[in-house]
Amino acid sequence: MCARGRRSAEACMRVVTLTINGHDVSGRDDETVLDVSRAHEIEIPTLCQLDGISAWGGCRLCLVEIEGKPKLQPACTTVVSEDMVILTESAKLKSYRKMIIEMLFTEGNHICSVCVSNGNCELQHMAQSLGVDHVRLPYLYPKREVDATHERFVFDGNRCILCTRCVRVCDEVEGAHTWDIQGRGINSKLITDLGTPWGESTSCTSCGKCVEACPTGALFEKGKGAGEMTKEPQFLSYLAEMKKAKESE
Amino acid sequence: MSKKTLATVWLDGCSGCHMSLLDMDERLIELLSNSFDLVYSPLVDVKIFPAHVDVTLIEGAISNEEDLHKIKLVRERTHTLVSLGDCAVTANVPSMRNSFTVNELLERVSAGNPLRQPADVPLLCAQAVPVHRHVSVDVYVPGCPPSADTIHFVLSELASGRSPDVSELTRFGA
Repeated sequence: MCARGRRSAEACMRVVTLTINGHDVSGRDDETVLDVSRAHEIEIPTLCQLDGISAWGGCRLCLVEIEGKPKLQPACTTVVSEDMVILTESAKLKSYRKMIIEMLFTEGNHICSVCVSNGNCELQHMAQSLGVDHVRLPYLYPKREVDATHERFVFDGNRCILCTRCVRVCDEVEGAHTWDIQGRGINSKLITDLGTPWGESTSCTSCGKCVEACPTGALFEKGKGAGEMTKEPQFLSYLAEMKKAKESE
Repeated sequence: MSKKTLATVWLDGCSGCHMSLLDMDERLIELLSNSFDLVYSPLVDVKIFPAHVDVTLIEGAISNEEDLHKIKLVRERTHTLVSLGDCAVTANVPSMRNSFTVNELLERVSAGNPLRQPADVPLLCAQAVPVHRHVSVDVYVPGCPPSADTIHFVLSELASGRSPDVSELTRFGA
């Protein structure tokens, strides 16, 4: 019960007004900058964000400028407050976003032309929409493994951008927590169970939500050729809503 | 309007970008009648890269010592250097060998026989890399291959003295 004596938590939310890109907008005080921007049809680029799972703030693509804050803030984890003044587009933000995409390309081995997700990849689309027509930094060509031990799916570490969408969807929506990240920094890698091959995982239910959540061709269905893998992550937010409704009954 | 000179160079690529160039069909004839003289290319019988070229299209990554020698010479003699296609822009498929050493590669292809880098072909560089790792590039045209429409747009813009913006027309892997 909140201070104003109402019963539901939602009823206690206040509406705040703020400025985004020079426009006066309003939102609830539990919403993020990303929520409020989208509600007002202001597009902010994202990669690790996915409707239906918790915000992570890892990819840093959604960084915005907030007046009075010395550092750029991720829109997906920053909650709005009264009188905030936010810029979602600027020359500085554009150059940072381009750099992030370029670094993602150098950190893995992304060969679009032969990838199952060619034409349906969020990384590829993001590069094009931000005007990344080449990568200024040297590529690192890491040695990454491919795990094809699962009966129906493949994990190709070369194409993984460590967005953790698979980790979160498996934990929060499916409830299995098969996926996790091992190691730190540049040595981070995606693992199943405690580092056992995916095909031997005892926690994996083979539901395929991780595959649908993956923004690139890192997780895909066996038998798909170049450009043949399409994904439908939209149903995940529906599942999450249903789960939440059931829990609050 | 006087015609500009055009060269095309084929390094470590599959020739798909040159096929796409030919896919311009009759527009190629138009470009060569009105805007460009093709002075050097795998498609014409000229052995030596001319002293000065206005526009050079590069297909392919830099993978061996000859590529490296050629690209430096071409850069010196070219006004506007265009990285045409994903191999030139990103090193694309040729770069898939870069997680391995050259020796590991030779071991694989020699199938158990003594390792040998053939004497009559150029030595492989340690890695296949994009053109702009070695020389400065003026225009980037990603795509595998870039479509004939994209190449036509690029050449038409360059013929008119403009710098082409291809972000709407093509992307990595297109």
